[in-house]
Amino acid sequence: MLLGFDPMSLLTPDLGLVFWTTLVFLTFWLLVGKFAIKPITKAIKDREHTISDALSAAENAKQEVQQMQSNNASLLKEAREESAKILKEAKELKDSIVTEAHNSAKDEAAKIVASAKIEIDAQKKAALAEVKNEVSKLSLEIAQKVIGKELDSSKEHQSYINSLVEKINVN
Amino acid sequence: MMSFVSKANTEIVKGNEDKKEDVASEVVEHIMNHVADANENHIATIKDGEQEKHISLPLPCILYNKTTGKLSVFLSSKLHHSEEGYEGYKMDHHTSRVVDAVTGTRDTFYDFSITKNVFNMLLGFLILTVIFFVIKVSYVKNVGKAPKGIQSFFEPIIQFLIDEVAKPNLGTQYEKFLPYLICVFFFILINNLLGLVPFIGGINSSGNISFTLVLAMCSLLLINLNGNKHYWQHIFAMPGVPKWVLIILTPIELLGVILKPAVLMLRLFGNITGGHIAVLAIVSLIFIMGKMGTTIGGATAGGAIAIPILLFVNAMELFVAFLQAYVFTLLTAIFIGAAIEDHHHAEEKH
Repeated sequence: MLLGFDPMSLLTPDLGLVFWTTLVFLTFWLLVGKFAIKPITKAIKDREHTISDALSAAENAKQEVQQMQSNNASLLKEAREESAKILKEAKELKDSIVTEAHNSAKDEAAKIVASAKIEIDAQKKAALAEVKNEVSKLSLEIAQKVIGKELDSSKEHQSYINSLVEKINVN
Repeated sequence: MMSFVSKANTEIVKGNEDKKEDVASEVVEHIMNHVADANENHIATIKDGEQEKHISLPLPCILYNKTTGKLSVFLSSKLHHSEEGYEGYKMDHHTSRVVDAVTGTRDTFYDFSITKNVFNMLLGFLILTVIFFVIKVSYVKNVGKAPKGIQSFFEPIIQFLIDEVAKPNLGTQYEKFLPYLICVFFFILINNLLGLVPFIGGINSSGNISFTLVLAMCSLLLINLNGNKHYWQHIFAMPGVPKWVLIILTPIELLGVILKPAVLMLRLFGNITGGHIAVLAIVSLIFIMGKMGTTIGGATAGGAIAIPILLFVNAMELFVAFLQAYVFTLLTAIFIGAAIEDHHHAEEKH
Protein backbone atom coordinates (compact mmCIF):
# COMPACT_ATOMS: atom_id res chain seq x y z
CA MET A 1 0.00 0.00 0.00
CA LEU A 2 2.13 2.81 -1.33
CA LEU A 3 -0.24 5.62 -0.49
CA GLY A 4 -1.00 4.33 2.99
CA PHE A 5 -4.75 4.54 2.52
CA ASP A 6 -7.57 3.13 0.44
CA PRO A 7 -8.65 5.78 -2.11
CA MET A 8 -12.11 4.22 -2.47
CA SER A 9 -12.81 4.83 1.21
CA LEU A 10 -13.21 8.51 0.39
CA LEU A 11 -15.92 7.72 -2.14
CA THR A 12 -17.80 5.18 -0.03
CA PRO A 13 -20.76 6.61 1.86
CA ASP A 14 -20.84 5.66 5.54
CA LEU A 15 -24.17 4.40 6.85
CA GLY A 16 -23.90 6.15 10.21
CA LEU A 17 -22.96 9.47 8.65
CA VAL A 18 -25.73 9.18 6.06
CA PHE A 19 -28.17 8.52 8.89
CA TRP A 20 -26.99 11.51 10.94
CA THR A 21 -26.81 13.88 7.97
CA THR A 22 -30.35 12.92 6.98
CA LEU A 23 -31.59 13.39 10.53
CA VAL A 24 -29.82 16.70 11.10
CA PHE A 25 -30.62 18.15 7.71
CA LEU A 26 -34.28 17.10 7.69
CA THR A 27 -34.73 18.44 11.21
CA PHE A 28 -33.10 21.68 10.15
CA TRP A 29 -35.26 21.89 7.02
CA LEU A 30 -38.49 21.19 8.88
CA LEU A 31 -37.74 23.29 11.95
CA VAL A 32 -35.99 26.30 10.45
CA GLY A 33 -37.66 26.11 7.05
CA LYS A 34 -41.15 26.07 8.47
CA PHE A 35 -40.82 28.19 11.60
CA ALA A 36 -38.10 30.68 10.65
CA ILE A 37 -37.53 30.93 6.91
CA LYS A 38 -41.20 31.02 5.94
CA PRO A 39 -41.99 33.91 8.30
CA ILE A 40 -38.77 35.66 7.24
CA THR A 41 -39.44 35.41 3.51
CA LYS A 42 -43.05 36.39 4.12
CA ALA A 43 -41.90 39.43 6.11
CA ILE A 44 -39.48 40.38 3.33
CA LYS A 45 -42.22 40.03 0.74
CA ASP A 46 -44.72 41.97 2.85
CA ARG A 47 -42.17 44.71 3.40
CA GLU A 48 -41.49 44.85 -0.33
CA HIS A 49 -45.21 45.34 -0.87
CA THR A 50 -45.37 47.96 1.87
CA ILE A 51 -42.45 49.83 0.34
CA SER A 52 -43.80 49.69 -3.19
CA ASP A 53 -47.25 50.73 -1.92
CA ALA A 54 -45.73 53.61 0.01
CA LEU A 55 -43.73 54.67 -3.03
CA SER A 56 -46.76 54.63 -5.30
CA ALA A 57 -48.78 56.48 -2.65
CA ALA A 58 -46.06 59.10 -2.45
CA GLU A 59 -46.05 59.36 -6.23
CA ASN A 60 -49.84 59.79 -6.21
CA ALA A 61 -49.61 62.41 -3.49
CA LYS A 62 -46.97 64.24 -5.50
CA GLN A 63 -49.17 64.20 -8.57
CA GLU A 64 -52.13 65.39 -6.51
CA VAL A 65 -50.07 68.24 -5.12
CA GLN A 66 -48.97 69.15 -8.63
CA GLN A 67 -52.58 68.99 -9.79
CA MET A 68 -53.61 71.18 -6.87
CA GLN A 69 -50.79 73.58 -7.59
CA SER A 70 -51.80 73.93 -11.22
CA ASN A 71 -55.43 74.30 -10.10
CA ASN A 72 -54.38 76.99 -7.68
CA ALA A 73 -52.42 78.76 -10.37
CA SER A 74 -55.34 78.72 -12.76
CA LEU A 75 -57.69 79.83 -9.98
CA LEU A 76 -55.36 82.67 -9.12
CA LYS A 77 -55.15 83.66 -12.76
CA GLU A 78 -58.92 83.59 -13.05
CA ALA A 79 -59.29 85.66 -9.93
CA ARG A 80 -56.81 88.20 -11.24
CA GLU A 81 -58.64 88.40 -14.54
CA GLU A 82 -61.91 88.72 -12.68
CA SER A 83 -60.63 91.54 -10.49
CA ALA A 84 -59.13 93.31 -13.49
CA LYS A 85 -62.45 92.97 -15.26
CA ILE A 86 -64.33 94.29 -12.26
CA LEU A 87 -61.96 97.22 -11.90
CA LYS A 88 -62.26 97.99 -15.57
CA GLU A 89 -66.03 97.85 -15.38
CA ALA A 90 -66.03 100.04 -12.30
CA LYS A 91 -63.87 102.56 -14.04
CA GLU A 92 -66.11 102.55 -17.06
CA LEU A 93 -69.13 102.95 -14.82
CA LYS A 94 -67.47 105.80 -12.96
CA ASP A 95 -66.54 107.49 -16.20
CA SER A 96 -70.02 107.11 -17.60
CA ILE A 97 -71.57 108.40 -14.35
CA VAL A 98 -69.21 111.36 -14.33
CA THR A 99 -69.85 112.22 -17.96
CA GLU A 100 -73.55 111.72 -17.50
CA ALA A 101 -73.54 113.98 -14.48
CA HIS A 102 -71.45 116.45 -16.37
CA ASN A 103 -73.79 116.40 -19.32
CA SER A 104 -76.91 116.62 -17.21
CA ALA A 105 -75.42 119.48 -15.23
CA LYS A 106 -74.55 121.23 -18.45
CA ASP A 107 -78.07 120.69 -19.79
CA GLU A 108 -79.57 121.89 -16.56
CA ALA A 109 -77.38 124.94 -16.57
CA ALA A 110 -78.25 125.60 -20.18
CA LYS A 111 -81.93 125.21 -19.36
CA ILE A 112 -81.66 127.57 -16.41
CA VAL A 113 -79.74 130.04 -18.47
CA ALA A 114 -82.28 129.76 -21.27
CA SER A 115 -85.23 130.20 -18.94
CA ALA A 116 -83.43 133.10 -17.26
CA LYS A 117 -82.90 134.71 -20.65
CA ILE A 118 -86.57 134.29 -21.52
CA GLU A 119 -87.50 135.80 -18.16
CA ILE A 120 -85.05 138.59 -18.65
CA ASP A 121 -86.36 139.22 -22.13
CA ALA A 122 -89.91 139.19 -20.87
CA GLN A 123 -89.00 141.55 -18.03
CA LYS A 124 -87.08 143.71 -20.41
CA LYS A 125 -90.02 143.88 -22.82
CA ALA A 126 -92.40 144.60 -19.97
CA ALA A 127 -90.05 147.23 -18.62
CA LEU A 128 -89.64 148.79 -22.03
CA ALA A 129 -93.38 148.76 -22.57
CA GLU A 130 -93.78 150.43 -19.19
CA VAL A 131 -91.10 152.94 -20.04
CA LYS A 132 -92.74 153.64 -23.38
CA ASN A 133 -96.08 154.19 -21.73
CA GLU A 134 -94.53 156.46 -19.15
CA VAL A 135 -92.61 158.27 -21.83
CA SER A 136 -95.70 158.83 -23.95
CA LYS A 137 -97.63 160.00 -20.92
CA LEU A 138 -94.82 162.31 -19.92
CA SER A 139 -94.47 163.57 -23.43
CA LEU A 140 -98.15 164.36 -23.55
CA GLU A 141 -97.97 166.18 -20.30
CA ILE A 142 -94.89 167.99 -21.40
CA ALA A 143 -96.45 168.88 -24.66
CA GLN A 144 -99.63 170.08 -22.92
CA LYS A 145 -97.56 172.19 -20.69
CA VAL A 146 -95.55 173.50 -23.59
CA ILE A 147 -98.44 174.21 -25.76
CA GLY A 148 -100.50 175.39 -22.85
CA LYS A 149 -103.40 173.73 -23.99
CA GLU A 150 -104.63 170.44 -23.38
CA LEU A 151 -104.17 168.46 -26.26
CA ASP A 152 -107.03 166.31 -26.99
CA SER A 153 -106.36 163.04 -26.02
CA SER A 154 -107.89 162.17 -29.26
CA LYS A 155 -106.93 159.29 -31.12
CA GLU A 156 -105.15 161.33 -33.64
CA HIS A 157 -102.77 162.83 -31.13
CA GLN A 158 -102.29 159.78 -29.23
CA SER A 159 -101.22 157.78 -32.25
CA TYR A 160 -98.97 160.58 -33.36
CA ILE A 161 -97.15 160.62 -30.11
CA ASN A 162 -96.92 156.91 -30.06
CA SER A 163 -95.38 157.01 -33.48
CA LEU A 164 -92.88 159.50 -32.19
CA VAL A 165 -92.07 157.39 -29.27
CA GLU A 166 -91.68 154.43 -31.53
CA LYS A 167 -89.16 156.32 -33.50
CA ILE A 168 -87.08 156.92 -30.42
CA ASN A 169 -84.88 153.98 -30.39
CA VAL A 170 -84.21 153.12 -26.88
CA ASN A 171 -81.55 150.93 -27.78
CA MET B 1 -5.32 20.71 10.95
CA MET B 2 -3.52 20.97 14.26
CA SER B 3 -3.75 17.26 14.73
CA PHE B 4 -1.88 16.77 11.52
CA VAL B 5 0.73 19.35 12.39
CA SER B 6 1.56 17.74 15.69
CA LYS B 7 1.51 14.25 14.23
CA ALA B 8 3.89 15.29 11.51
CA ASN B 9 6.03 16.94 14.14
CA THR B 10 6.41 13.66 15.98
CA GLU B 11 7.39 12.08 12.68
CA ILE B 12 10.22 14.56 12.35
CA VAL B 13 11.45 13.81 15.84
CA LYS B 14 11.25 10.08 15.23
CA GLY B 15 14.32 10.08 13.13
CA ASN B 16 16.10 10.72 9.93
CA GLU B 17 16.44 7.11 8.87
CA ASP B 18 13.04 7.18 7.13
CA LYS B 19 13.17 6.91 3.40
CA LYS B 20 11.73 9.54 1.07
CA GLU B 21 8.82 7.32 -0.03
CA ASP B 22 7.90 6.80 3.58
CA VAL B 23 7.70 10.53 4.12
CA ALA B 24 5.41 10.91 1.12
CA SER B 25 3.17 7.99 2.02
CA GLU B 26 2.93 9.09 5.64
CA VAL B 27 2.00 12.61 4.62
CA VAL B 28 -0.66 11.27 2.26
CA GLU B 29 -1.95 8.96 4.97
CA HIS B 30 -2.19 11.81 7.47
CA ILE B 31 -3.97 13.99 4.99
CA MET B 32 -6.44 11.27 4.11
CA ASN B 33 -7.08 10.42 7.74
CA HIS B 34 -7.76 14.06 8.41
CA VAL B 35 -10.11 14.38 5.46
CA ALA B 36 -12.00 11.24 6.45
CA ASP B 37 -14.43 10.90 9.35
CA ALA B 38 -13.26 10.04 12.90
CA ASN B 39 -14.75 8.93 16.19
CA GLU B 40 -12.97 11.61 18.18
CA ASN B 41 -12.04 15.17 17.50
CA HIS B 42 -8.27 14.97 17.54
CA ILE B 43 -6.63 18.23 18.55
CA ALA B 44 -2.95 17.45 19.11
CA THR B 45 -0.43 14.72 19.86
CA ILE B 46 2.28 15.46 22.36
CA LYS B 47 5.35 13.29 22.48
CA ASP B 48 6.36 12.66 26.04
CA GLY B 49 9.57 10.65 25.90
CA GLU B 50 8.65 7.48 24.04
CA GLN B 51 4.97 7.87 24.94
CA GLU B 52 2.59 9.62 22.57
CA LYS B 53 -0.10 11.58 24.32
CA HIS B 54 -3.24 12.32 22.32
CA ILE B 55 -5.23 15.39 23.17
CA SER B 56 -8.66 15.07 21.70
CA LEU B 57 -12.25 16.04 22.27
CA PRO B 58 -14.08 12.83 23.16
CA LEU B 59 -17.22 12.13 21.16
CA PRO B 60 -20.08 9.74 21.93
CA CYS B 61 -19.85 6.31 20.32
CA ILE B 62 -23.09 4.56 19.41
CA LEU B 63 -22.28 1.11 18.09
CA TYR B 64 -24.57 -1.74 17.11
CA ASN B 65 -22.95 -5.14 16.97
CA LYS B 66 -24.14 -7.10 13.92
CA THR B 67 -23.70 -10.55 15.44
CA THR B 68 -24.68 -10.08 19.06
CA GLY B 69 -27.19 -7.28 18.38
CA LYS B 70 -25.78 -5.41 21.33
CA LEU B 71 -26.02 -1.62 21.36
CA SER B 72 -23.03 0.06 23.04
CA VAL B 73 -23.10 3.73 23.95
CA PHE B 74 -20.03 5.32 25.51
CA LEU B 75 -17.64 8.25 25.16
CA SER B 76 -14.62 7.69 22.94
CA SER B 77 -12.37 8.69 25.86
CA LYS B 78 -13.21 5.26 27.40
CA LEU B 79 -11.11 3.67 24.64
CA HIS B 80 -8.05 5.77 25.27
CA HIS B 81 -6.38 4.14 28.21
CA SER B 82 -7.30 0.55 27.57
CA GLU B 83 -5.43 -1.35 24.91
CA GLU B 84 -7.68 -4.36 25.44
CA GLY B 85 -10.71 -2.24 24.52
CA TYR B 86 -14.08 -1.45 25.97
CA GLU B 87 -17.22 -3.52 25.33
CA GLY B 88 -15.33 -5.28 22.55
CA TYR B 89 -14.21 -2.11 20.75
CA LYS B 90 -10.92 -0.23 20.65
CA MET B 91 -9.62 2.97 19.11
CA ASP B 92 -7.34 2.87 16.08
CA HIS B 93 -5.17 5.85 16.96
CA HIS B 94 -3.89 5.99 13.43
CA THR B 95 -7.26 6.73 11.89
CA SER B 96 -9.07 7.85 15.07
CA ARG B 97 -11.80 5.34 14.28
CA VAL B 98 -13.41 2.74 16.49
CA VAL B 99 -12.57 -0.82 15.43
CA ASP B 100 -13.49 -4.26 16.64
CA ALA B 101 -11.13 -5.17 19.49
CA VAL B 102 -10.70 -8.69 18.16
CA THR B 103 -10.57 -8.39 14.37
CA GLY B 104 -9.32 -4.80 14.17
CA THR B 105 -11.82 -4.02 11.38
CA ARG B 106 -15.05 -2.05 11.13
CA ASP B 107 -17.11 -4.75 9.41
CA THR B 108 -18.60 -6.40 12.50
CA PHE B 109 -20.74 -3.48 13.69
CA TYR B 110 -22.81 -0.50 12.55
CA ASP B 111 -21.34 2.82 13.65
CA PHE B 112 -24.01 5.41 14.47
CA SER B 113 -21.60 7.44 16.58
CA ILE B 114 -21.52 11.18 16.83
CA THR B 115 -18.35 11.35 14.77
CA LYS B 116 -16.41 14.55 14.17
CA ASN B 117 -18.43 15.20 11.01
CA VAL B 118 -21.70 14.70 12.89
CA PHE B 119 -20.34 16.94 15.64
CA ASN B 120 -19.56 19.59 13.03
CA MET B 121 -23.02 19.28 11.51
CA LEU B 122 -24.70 19.53 14.90
CA LEU B 123 -22.63 22.59 15.73
CA GLY B 124 -23.61 24.16 12.41
CA PHE B 125 -27.23 23.17 12.97
CA LEU B 126 -27.19 24.80 16.40
CA ILE B 127 -25.56 28.02 15.15
CA LEU B 128 -27.92 28.34 12.19
CA THR B 129 -31.04 27.52 14.20
CA VAL B 130 -30.19 30.17 16.79
CA ILE B 131 -29.36 32.72 14.09
CA PHE B 132 -32.51 32.05 12.08
CA PHE B 133 -34.82 32.21 15.08
CA VAL B 134 -33.15 35.42 16.27
CA ILE B 135 -33.61 36.89 12.79
CA LYS B 136 -37.20 35.69 12.69
CA VAL B 137 -37.95 37.41 15.99
CA SER B 138 -36.49 40.69 14.69
CA TYR B 139 -38.57 40.37 11.53
CA VAL B 140 -41.69 39.88 13.60
CA LYS B 141 -40.73 42.82 15.84
CA ASN B 142 -39.72 45.29 13.11
CA VAL B 143 -42.59 44.64 10.74
CA GLY B 144 -42.12 46.72 7.63
CA LYS B 145 -39.00 48.42 8.97
CA ALA B 146 -35.37 48.36 7.86
CA PRO B 147 -33.38 45.33 9.09
CA LYS B 148 -31.24 45.73 12.21
CA GLY B 149 -28.12 44.04 13.53
CA ILE B 150 -27.61 40.42 12.50
CA GLN B 151 -30.78 40.67 10.48
CA SER B 152 -29.16 43.13 8.10
CA PHE B 153 -26.21 40.79 7.62
CA PHE B 154 -28.39 37.88 6.56
CA GLU B 155 -31.06 39.74 4.66
CA PRO B 156 -28.90 40.51 1.59
CA ILE B 157 -27.98 36.81 1.35
CA ILE B 158 -31.61 35.71 1.66
CA GLN B 159 -32.68 38.44 -0.74
CA PHE B 160 -30.00 37.31 -3.19
CA LEU B 161 -31.25 33.72 -2.99
CA ILE B 162 -34.81 34.91 -3.60
CA ASP B 163 -34.03 37.31 -6.43
CA GLU B 164 -31.15 35.59 -8.20
CA VAL B 165 -31.70 31.89 -7.52
CA ALA B 166 -35.38 31.20 -6.81
CA LYS B 167 -37.32 33.75 -8.85
CA PRO B 168 -35.52 33.47 -12.24
CA ASN B 169 -35.53 29.66 -12.22
CA LEU B 170 -38.77 28.74 -10.50
CA GLY B 171 -41.06 31.48 -11.77
CA THR B 172 -44.38 31.90 -10.01
CA GLN B 173 -43.96 28.81 -7.83
CA TYR B 174 -40.71 30.01 -6.24
CA GLU B 175 -42.15 30.46 -2.75
CA LYS B 176 -42.89 26.77 -2.40
CA PHE B 177 -39.19 25.88 -2.77
CA LEU B 178 -37.67 28.81 -0.90
CA PRO B 179 -37.35 27.07 2.51
CA TYR B 180 -35.45 24.17 0.95
CA LEU B 181 -33.16 26.38 -1.13
CA ILE B 182 -32.31 28.67 1.77
CA CYS B 183 -31.86 25.72 4.17
CA VAL B 184 -29.59 23.82 1.80
CA PHE B 185 -27.53 26.93 1.05
CA PHE B 186 -26.91 27.82 4.67
CA PHE B 187 -26.42 24.22 5.76
CA ILE B 188 -23.69 23.70 3.18
CA LEU B 189 -22.22 27.12 3.88
CA ILE B 190 -21.97 26.70 7.65
CA ASN B 191 -20.36 23.28 7.26
CA ASN B 192 -17.93 24.66 4.68
CA LEU B 193 -17.02 27.56 6.94
CA LEU B 194 -16.69 25.46 10.09
CA GLY B 195 -14.40 23.20 8.10
CA LEU B 196 -12.07 26.15 7.58
CA VAL B 197 -11.74 26.89 11.29
CA PRO B 198 -8.58 25.34 12.71
CA PHE B 199 -8.32 23.96 16.28
CA ILE B 200 -11.90 22.67 16.35
CA GLY B 201 -10.47 20.24 13.84
CA GLY B 202 -10.99 21.83 10.45
CA ILE B 203 -13.59 19.18 9.97
CA ASN B 204 -14.35 18.15 6.41
CA SER B 205 -18.06 17.40 6.88
CA SER B 206 -19.42 19.07 3.76
CA GLY B 207 -16.66 17.41 1.76
CA ASN B 208 -17.75 13.96 2.89
CA ILE B 209 -19.49 11.87 0.27
CA SER B 210 -22.18 10.80 2.77
CA PHE B 211 -23.08 14.41 3.46
CA THR B 212 -23.25 15.41 -0.19
CA LEU B 213 -25.13 12.17 -0.97
CA VAL B 214 -27.93 13.06 1.46
CA LEU B 215 -28.30 16.60 0.16
CA ALA B 216 -28.21 15.39 -3.44
CA MET B 217 -30.88 12.79 -2.58
CA CYS B 218 -33.09 15.54 -1.16
CA SER B 219 -32.65 17.53 -4.36
CA LEU B 220 -33.35 14.43 -6.46
CA LEU B 221 -36.57 13.75 -4.58
CA LEU B 222 -37.69 17.38 -4.79
CA ILE B 223 -36.95 17.56 -8.53
CA ASN B 224 -38.73 14.33 -9.41
CA LEU B 225 -41.66 14.50 -6.98
CA ASN B 226 -42.50 17.94 -8.34
CA GLY B 227 -41.92 17.03 -11.99
CA ASN B 228 -45.03 17.69 -14.08
CA LYS B 229 -46.51 15.82 -17.04
CA HIS B 230 -44.25 17.60 -19.49
CA TYR B 231 -41.13 16.73 -17.53
CA TRP B 232 -41.90 13.01 -17.58
CA GLN B 233 -43.04 13.20 -21.18
CA HIS B 234 -39.68 14.66 -22.13
CA ILE B 235 -37.94 11.82 -20.35
CA PHE B 236 -39.95 8.87 -21.62
CA ALA B 237 -41.17 10.11 -24.99
CA MET B 238 -39.41 13.23 -26.15
CA PRO B 239 -41.91 15.02 -28.39
CA GLY B 240 -40.93 15.55 -32.01
CA VAL B 241 -38.42 12.71 -32.03
CA PRO B 242 -38.83 9.58 -34.24
CA LYS B 243 -39.86 6.43 -32.34
CA TRP B 244 -36.65 4.50 -33.02
CA VAL B 245 -34.51 7.32 -31.62
CA LEU B 246 -36.41 7.01 -28.33
CA ILE B 247 -34.80 3.60 -27.82
CA ILE B 248 -31.51 5.43 -27.36
CA LEU B 249 -32.83 8.69 -25.96
CA THR B 250 -35.06 7.38 -23.17
CA PRO B 251 -32.26 5.49 -21.36
CA ILE B 252 -30.05 8.58 -21.66
CA GLU B 253 -32.79 10.77 -20.23
CA LEU B 254 -33.44 8.28 -17.42
CA LEU B 255 -29.73 8.26 -16.66
CA GLY B 256 -29.91 12.05 -16.57
CA VAL B 257 -32.45 11.86 -13.74
CA ILE B 258 -29.77 10.21 -11.59
CA LEU B 259 -26.79 12.03 -13.07
CA LYS B 260 -27.97 15.54 -12.30
CA PRO B 261 -28.04 15.01 -8.52
CA ALA B 262 -24.98 12.76 -8.75
CA VAL B 263 -23.06 15.65 -10.26
CA LEU B 264 -24.27 17.88 -7.43
CA MET B 265 -22.99 15.30 -4.97
CA LEU B 266 -19.59 14.89 -6.61
CA ARG B 267 -19.01 18.58 -7.24
CA LEU B 268 -19.47 19.54 -3.60
CA PHE B 269 -17.46 16.54 -2.40
CA GLY B 270 -14.62 17.22 -4.82
CA ASN B 271 -14.36 20.93 -4.21
CA ILE B 272 -14.44 20.84 -0.45
CA THR B 273 -12.28 17.75 -0.02
CA GLY B 274 -9.89 19.10 -2.64
CA GLY B 275 -9.62 22.34 -0.73
CA HIS B 276 -8.85 20.54 2.51
CA ILE B 277 -6.25 18.37 0.81
CA ALA B 278 -4.63 21.45 -0.79
CA VAL B 279 -4.39 23.26 2.54
CA LEU B 280 -2.97 20.17 4.27
CA ALA B 281 -0.50 19.47 1.49
CA ILE B 282 0.85 22.98 1.71
CA VAL B 283 1.15 22.73 5.49
CA SER B 284 3.01 19.45 4.93
CA LEU B 285 5.62 21.31 2.90
CA ILE B 286 7.03 22.63 6.17
CA PHE B 287 7.49 19.13 7.60
CA ILE B 288 8.58 17.49 4.38
CA MET B 289 11.27 20.08 3.83
CA GLY B 290 12.22 19.94 7.49
CA LYS B 291 12.63 16.21 7.27
CA MET B 292 14.46 16.22 3.94
CA GLY B 293 16.95 18.77 5.17
CA THR B 294 16.92 17.09 8.61
CA THR B 295 17.30 20.52 10.11
CA ILE B 296 15.11 23.19 11.54
CA GLY B 297 16.46 25.31 8.64
CA GLY B 298 14.69 23.10 6.14
CA ALA B 299 11.47 23.55 8.07
CA THR B 300 12.00 27.30 8.12
CA ALA B 301 12.47 27.36 4.37
CA GLY B 302 9.39 25.20 3.97
CA GLY B 303 7.45 27.58 6.19
CA ALA B 304 8.64 30.58 4.21
CA ILE B 305 7.32 28.99 1.05
CA ALA B 306 4.22 27.43 2.54
CA ILE B 307 2.79 30.28 4.61
CA PRO B 308 2.12 32.78 1.76
CA ILE B 309 0.66 30.02 -0.41
CA LEU B 310 -1.37 28.79 2.53
CA LEU B 311 -2.76 32.25 3.13
CA PHE B 312 -3.81 32.48 -0.50
CA VAL B 313 -5.34 29.00 -0.57
CA ASN B 314 -7.22 29.62 2.66
CA ALA B 315 -8.65 32.86 1.28
CA MET B 316 -9.66 30.99 -1.81
CA GLU B 317 -11.28 28.26 0.29
CA LEU B 318 -13.33 30.95 1.99
CA PHE B 319 -14.57 32.02 -1.42
CA VAL B 320 -15.12 28.41 -2.47
CA ALA B 321 -17.20 27.84 0.69
CA PHE B 322 -19.68 30.46 -0.52
CA LEU B 323 -19.38 29.54 -4.17
CA GLN B 324 -20.08 25.84 -3.73
CA ALA B 325 -23.05 26.48 -1.46
CA TYR B 326 -24.36 28.88 -4.12
CA VAL B 327 -23.69 26.49 -7.00
CA PHE B 328 -25.46 23.61 -5.26
CA THR B 329 -28.47 25.80 -4.52
CA LEU B 330 -28.54 27.37 -7.98
CA LEU B 331 -28.33 24.04 -9.81
CA THR B 332 -31.02 22.54 -7.59
CA ALA B 333 -33.23 25.53 -8.42
CA ILE B 334 -32.49 25.15 -12.15
CA PHE B 335 -33.28 21.42 -12.10
CA ILE B 336 -36.51 21.94 -10.15
CA GLY B 337 -37.36 24.81 -12.49
CA ALA B 338 -36.91 22.56 -15.52
CA ALA B 339 -39.14 19.89 -13.94
CA ILE B 340 -42.00 22.24 -13.06
CA GLU B 341 -41.81 24.43 -16.16
CA ASP B 342 -45.03 24.76 -18.09
CA HIS B 343 -43.99 23.80 -21.62
CA HIS B 344 -47.18 25.01 -23.25
CA HIS B 345 -46.14 28.60 -23.04
CA ALA B 346 -42.59 27.85 -24.05
CA GLU B 347 -43.67 26.02 -27.18
CA GLU B 348 -46.13 28.68 -28.25
CA LYS B 349 -43.29 31.17 -28.30
CA HIS B 350 -41.17 29.24 -30.81
